[in-house]
Amino acid sequence: MKKLRILSLALAGALCLSMLSGCGNGDQGSANTPGSGETTPAGTENGSTGSTDGTIKIGGIGPLTGSAAVYGLATKQGAEVAIQEINALGGLQFSLDFQDDEGDTEKAVNAYNKLIGDGTQIIYGCTTTNPCVAVAAETYSARYFQLTPSASSTTVTEGKDNVFQVCFTDPNQGITAANYIKDNGLGTKVAVIYNNGDAYSTGIYNAFQATADEIGLEIVTVQTFPDDSNTDFNVQLSAAKDAGADLVFMPIYYTPASLILSQAKSMGYEPTFFGCDGMDGILDLEGFDVSLAEGLMLMTPFNAWGEDERTKTFVSEYEAAYGGIPNQFAADGYDCMYAIYEACTAAGITADMSAQDVCEALIAQFTSADFSVDGLTGTGMTWSANGEVSKAPVVVKVEGGVYVTQ
Amino acid sequence: MSFLNNLITGISLGSVYAIIALGYTMVYGIAKMLNFAHGDVIMVGAYMIFFATGSFGLNPIVGILLAVVVCTVLGVVIEGLAYKPLRQASSLAVLITAIGVSYFLQNAALLLWGADPKVFTSVIPEGSLPIEGVNITYVSLVTVLACIVIMLALTWFTSKTKMGKAMRACSEDKAAAQLMGINVNRTISMTFAIGSALAAIASALLFSSYKNLIPTSGSLPGIKAFTAAVFGGIGSIPGAMLGGILLGIIETFAKVINTNISDAVVFAVLIIVLLVKPAGLLGKTVREKV
Amino acid sequence: MKKLSPDRKRLLNNCITYGIVIAAFVILQVCNAGGLLSPSIQGQLVPICAYVVMAIALNLVVGISGELSLGHAGFMSVGAFSGVVAALSLQNSIPNDGLRLAIAMVVGAVLAGVAGVIVGVPVLRLRGDYLAIVTLAFGEIIRNIFNVLYVGVDENGLHFSLQNEMALNLAEGGKSILKGPMGFTTNVKLATFTAGFILVLITLTIALNLINSRSGRAIMALRDNRIAAESVGIGATKYKLMAFVTSAVLAGAAGVLYAMNYSSMAPKKFDFNTSILILVFVVLGGIGNIRGSIIAAAFLTYLPELLRNFNLDEYRMLVYAIVLILVMLVTNNPMLKSVFTFAGRKARKEEAQKGGAVQ
Repeated sequence: MKKLRILSLALAGALCLSMLSGCGNGDQGSANTPGSGETTPAGTENGSTGSTDGTIKIGGIGPLTGSAAVYGLATKQGAEVAIQEINALGGLQFSLDFQDDEGDTEKAVNAYNKLIGDGTQIIYGCTTTNPCVAVAAETYSARYFQLTPSASSTTVTEGKDNVFQVCFTDPNQGITAANYIKDNGLGTKVAVIYNNGDAYSTGIYNAFQATADEIGLEIVTVQTFPDDSNTDFNVQLSAAKDAGADLVFMPIYYTPASLILSQAKSMGYEPTFFGCDGMDGILDLEGFDVSLAEGLMLMTPFNAWGEDERTKTFVSEYEAAYGGIPNQFAADGYDCMYAIYEACTAAGITADMSAQDVCEALIAQFTSADFSVDGLTGTGMTWSANGEVSKAPVVVKVEGGVYVTQ
Repeated sequence: MSFLNNLITGISLGSVYAIIALGYTMVYGIAKMLNFAHGDVIMVGAYMIFFATGSFGLNPIVGILLAVVVCTVLGVVIEGLAYKPLRQASSLAVLITAIGVSYFLQNAALLLWGADPKVFTSVIPEGSLPIEGVNITYVSLVTVLACIVIMLALTWFTSKTKMGKAMRACSEDKAAAQLMGINVNRTISMTFAIGSALAAIASALLFSSYKNLIPTSGSLPGIKAFTAAVFGGIGSIPGAMLGGILLGIIETFAKVINTNISDAVVFAVLIIVLLVKPAGLLGKTVREKV
Repeated sequence: MKKLSPDRKRLLNNCITYGIVIAAFVILQVCNAGGLLSPSIQGQLVPICAYVVMAIALNLVVGISGELSLGHAGFMSVGAFSGVVAALSLQNSIPNDGLRLAIAMVVGAVLAGVAGVIVGVPVLRLRGDYLAIVTLAFGEIIRNIFNVLYVGVDENGLHFSLQNEMALNLAEGGKSILKGPMGFTTNVKLATFTAGFILVLITLTIALNLINSRSGRAIMALRDNRIAAESVGIGATKYKLMAFVTSAVLAGAAGVLYAMNYSSMAPKKFDFNTSILILVFVVLGGIGNIRGSIIAAAFLTYLPELLRNFNLDEYRMLVYAIVLILVMLVTNNPMLKSVFTFAGRKARKEEAQKGGAVQ
């Protein structure tokens, strides 16, 4: 009994202390923000993260731990590369504080609250869909501008004027994929394998199915798998093989896709595999036999083997800083930062503006007719009022271990 | 034909579960604790093999041996640091500590080896037996054989060797075993060592079939294997094997019917079995004495 | 000092528990009104309330009834999703937010209670770890069902489907509420800290009254010695089921509160890890100790967020794991604890000596 009492007292004490420290932080945050612009002129400080002087504070949210960590880290690192470049330009200065959400709704909202407590002016994220919807509802009511690199569901932006996407929406990808397959005669009998525990995968599949019905593309079997990292795809592949499918459409992430490719090979099944932007990154998987992906087609906005100067610079900077070839998550993150930078510059945003003012100005800028951004994932990207980006999708085919644009 | 192929897939998957479940069951039988970190030890073993064979180009056999050594040491260290101090504490306290260890291993792996998925290189040559229409890969063949060998070896070990007998004595009654001159602490550490070594072998086989390796890869097979151990009667070595293989088969066939609810089917079967046989398929029902 | 009678002592003890909760609420509300709370803390008030209720609910099963349940997140999700369906389908007929939340909670609690009966009747026939694994199994089954469940509403009432959104056959103007693995998405958040506080108080009243009632003593007698209790005529199934279902009902209400605090929630959230998280609260707070559960739930929910302040980034969850292990070791180990108390005493003594030297 005594033991318990001591423990509960200790816990209560710790709780009080932590609450107080939390209060203190909150105070600091609110005291710093208005002061920052008054004391230091913008642009003099070298934009190191965490500095409040004259830098526009961007708060990032995404999974840094947990099973989706790889995607969150890519968006974080891509954005960091861009921030360094932008700050080196000497114009507006930015700082990025990226908080972990573990791919979880509750933690994402917590991360958001922590960021706005620290005086963040723009929200960058979230990486995954469900957390993004929850945070978007918060930013909508509190009027923070939010730009997501990779949460591609339409529910993210639905009914919220302040939320914008840099990635394609899911339905958009499904429709494009179905049309592309049909127009280019890639396959006559299509099998679909998708992750029905995932909003991204399900969203693309639904649109793909609807479009396929419309244009007369024959889908012979639809196979699903639950949201685990280590599943066995023999059952799904056998079903596709037995149905005589000559093309397998896989609107899924590259991690399970690599498993599908290797299991298909071991059972001697060789259809055309067609993926979406989540498939990008498959060639950089450590230990993955790249020859398995030979002939794989995917729709990705970003080609790390692209010949243009900007892509080359980005890839080399990314490799130097983090190792590994950046995927489209990183590229989308990079483009997010440039979109914010260009919009801020065009709208005349300064570091001393309140987040709400920044939000209204950026909304006006993003939706204005003459605003377009050239990035790694597309040139002349524009945004509609409902937050969707408009850029041209690119289909690439893996040949000799690199992407070849079709 | 596809029935036969699915059956083979199921048995192969089940054999992996069985090997993991053997580790669970040994530890549970003797230490009476649910070692939730067991799945994460598997993950560590897999990373060891991955780096040994992939980055250093060692022979897969050397890789597995290295993993066995690392996992055994890891198991004993975890036991010594986190579980031994709690020998007198309630079983729930140990359970929570095990979960803490599981979080620790996952996050340490994330920091050490990164979040990028690694694609495991199979330790067994790819390909399948040259039988027309039936797809028996070498991996599944080796997995099933390994499972049988391990089960036989463990049965021999627990019934014939001195250490094995000490283990059984401890699982019956720790106090009485101590009075008979058995070093209970050492026996429990030994159990952890064996369980963790099995985890290393399981990791080689598991990831040879299902190749993606990320820091959280071990937790789901861990839970499935735990289910398998209970299914067969926790604490029973043949039970763990039977439970594992049945679980693999049920899971595979449930997937054929509907992938969405395959886990639900597995767990429903488990519930029904436990309602009919409350101590699992091969478990002993212990009468409570007044 | 006069020795208190057991009754008086219990009364005092309960009063302290209520006092802590009410004081915490008042202090936080005052701080909030004065603008002293950071958004980070403000945002966590409702989830903390939900977790406190969950911890008390689970403590009824684990601590009072003595059965290990590893699937309580399942009941939470039954409450969460049925509550959301209730709240969203009544959006037009009941404009008052508070009333709608209350109705959603009642619906969620009742349905979770029904699930509790369905799960409890077979489960409570088992003992010990077998019971634990079956609750885990039920938790996973519930999650799997929500993963394939689609619910929509239109003017004809509710539509259900186990296939996909299209199969709901909604009439014009209808909307789908639950979308399988994507869960629900809404723009209305009904949960408030005050609602959470009221729920905590109700939960506390129910739990403490149950524990101190005749039934509660029967439940604890069964926990301490089932055979002895049964031999004096206490029906094991009835009383164990009573604790289990009460716990499920409270968990359901907590689920509604939790879900209503977010505008999107997927069934994936209510998996095994969440069940374990709540179990950690209960064990750390002291098995069977309601006040401990409350404090542990509040503290451990806040801890990972507190760790954000130290710029640990990727190291944050590692630190959390280490803290968890150390806390379990320290609170449960007689030897370590004696070392700590010894060190504490020694330090105090040294301090006293030093103090003496200065003087």
